[in-house]
Amino acid sequence: MRFADTTVSLASDDGITGGVTRFRYWFERAIHVFLFACAGISVLTTVSIVFVLLVESVRFFFDVSVFDFLTDTKWTPLLKPQHFGILPLMCGTLLVAFGSSLIAIPIGLGTAIFLSEYAPPRLRDVIKPLVEVLAGIPSVVYGYFAVVSISPLVRSTFPSAGPFNAASACVVVGIMTLPMIISLSEDALRAVPRSLREGAYALGATKFDTTAHVVVPAAMSGIVASFLLAISRAIGETMAVTLAAGATPKATLNPLESVQTMTAYIVQISQGDTPAGTVEYRTIFAVGLALFLSTMVINLVAQGILSRMREKYE
Amino acid sequence: MVMDRRSLLPNSSKKQTVTTYTMTTTEPIAMDDPTTADDAISRVPTVPVNPPIAQSENSASAEGLPSANVKLVTRNLRFFYGSVQALSDISMSIPVNRVTALIGPSGCGKSTFLRCLNRMNDMIEKTRVEGDVLLDGNDVYKPGTDVVELRKRVGMVFQKSNPFPKSIFENVAYGPRLTGINGRAELQEIVEKSLKRAALLDEVKDRLNDSALRLSGGQQQRLCIARALATSPEVLLMDEPASALDPASTTRIEDLIFELRERYTIVIVTHNMQQAARVSDQTGFFYEGQLIEVGPTRQLFTTPTEKQTEDYITGRFG
Ligand SMILES: Nc1ncnc2c1ncn2[C@@H]1O[C@H](COP(=O)(O)OP(=O)(O)OP(=O)(O)O)[C@@H](O)[C@H]1O
Ligand SMILES: [Mg+2]
Repeated sequence: MRFADTTVSLASDDGITGGVTRFRYWFERAIHVFLFACAGISVLTTVSIVFVLLVESVRFFFDVSVFDFLTDTKWTPLLKPQHFGILPLMCGTLLVAFGSSLIAIPIGLGTAIFLSEYAPPRLRDVIKPLVEVLAGIPSVVYGYFAVVSISPLVRSTFPSAGPFNAASACVVVGIMTLPMIISLSEDALRAVPRSLREGAYALGATKFDTTAHVVVPAAMSGIVASFLLAISRAIGETMAVTLAAGATPKATLNPLESVQTMTAYIVQISQGDTPAGTVEYRTIFAVGLALFLSTMVINLVAQGILSRMREKYE
Repeated sequence: MVMDRRSLLPNSSKKQTVTTYTMTTTEPIAMDDPTTADDAISRVPTVPVNPPIAQSENSASAEGLPSANVKLVTRNLRFFYGSVQALSDISMSIPVNRVTALIGPSGCGKSTFLRCLNRMNDMIEKTRVEGDVLLDGNDVYKPGTDVVELRKRVGMVFQKSNPFPKSIFENVAYGPRLTGINGRAELQEIVEKSLKRAALLDEVKDRLNDSALRLSGGQQQRLCIARALATSPEVLLMDEPASALDPASTTRIEDLIFELRERYTIVIVTHNMQQAARVSDQTGFFYEGQLIEVGPTRQLFTTPTEKQTEDYITGRFG
């Protein structure tokens, strides 16, 4: 009987609940549509950028053969005789990406480990904001810093270095990517549960044992992700690199020479007086495509590594 | 055992019993034993050597645990999480080659007490310990104590299983590796022996190189037991080691505890009263950060001295 009563009382409320339900339904729909539109905008933007890149690149490759583009060792689109070999720009980009990682990865990981495992809380509270300030400095300031302080330092150490050289670009980009590595790696390290550390300590592990064998491996996917983001950032960095490394496309791996990266070249042409629609102008789309593809390959490789790692231990 | 004397003191309030108990234990241990009293833990031979005091205590314990020597003693142990006191004046003797069970309602401080014994609480910020914990007569909180060495001697299985994100093999081999054992064959032997004792080997022997995180909850718990066994500690602290296990595995773990008792000193926290009764020689009942009563298991479960103990073991606790 009591059941019946309940049913009846529910039924009598139907008018009100029905109204609420209808309102909720439309509200949920509206939210749904709005979020879908947001997602749609970003997808659309990406697709159209890639589309423009592809179309312009295809037109570029009507004039310049893909083979020349990939194998020629000179990049002189604005000078006679014209050469359209991507290799020098690729070299410059890789040199800066590799060199800056060489600086940023060990220092960044070391700092992250120090902050998360060793530093007393007070010291951490001082260092962390400083690192964040480092992240907020505009890149043109870094470039200027490279020209006025790092480059002279490099030149006094290695007299053969030119006023613009890849080494100072590596140092400055390394410093720029440090905060990213530090804060992301530190987050990953701190996310390792205390219980894991305790498990190691309980077996008679020292702090170093615990950090090296348990905490860092457990945080590895986050740490590697921070490295990759830093490398992507180094590849994409333009302003500081242009100021520090100069604008001399050269197929060299010598960090003391002046080089030009892909991004620096794109800026040079976009800002110059090269008329749009010419093959010289379209080089920037081909270079952009190459840049896009190389970043994509890095991301894919990274995701492969990470998912293999996760598959195994998460 | 000394704690049994508490039952000989009728109508004594809790405060008094603790005091009485403390005095009887502390005095002989205090500094009577010149060989161990000032030695750093690391210099004590790894073979369990019991301080002479234990013998004198033996004669005193007519009932209960006849040949028990004392491995661990706590004296007026207090513990604070910030300003919150989690343990108040715990004085307790843990006999060697015996199983000591700790029971009590959730949140009463059993884990906290256990973690004080191997200084696991050191790692938690803003905590404070007062009082003494003596391992073979040496204060483990004495400045200059080698905590790493202490933890090699006093192993621990945690309440929440915490396998490393490594392979099953590497999980168990980690402790031995820390002590410098690196030979593959030797490690293999230790790993298999430990897994077998923890009743896990049959289930995992074909996939020792798989991630430990793919094991089920109960398997992970047994893996953690195996990991603790692999380092052959003198004392094994087990915080609810069977909480996620099915009856068959639980029985095997209990058998293991019984077997380990011959060589190790075991302290086990359990919420399962039957388990405490089955595996332990001595049981301590904790309530709200206090050790209400401790005594031979049989006696504690049949004729508890304190009303609170009786209420708890008969399930009448609020
Ligand atoms: N890390 C911590 N920080 C602050 N308080 C804590 C911490 N760990 C435990 N406590 C508190 O100390 C008291 C004792 O906790 P403890 O973990 O020792 O209980 P327990 O007897 O093991 O309980 P359970 O049977 O549920 O495991 C509880 O009130 C708990 O809230
Ligand atoms: Mg507990």
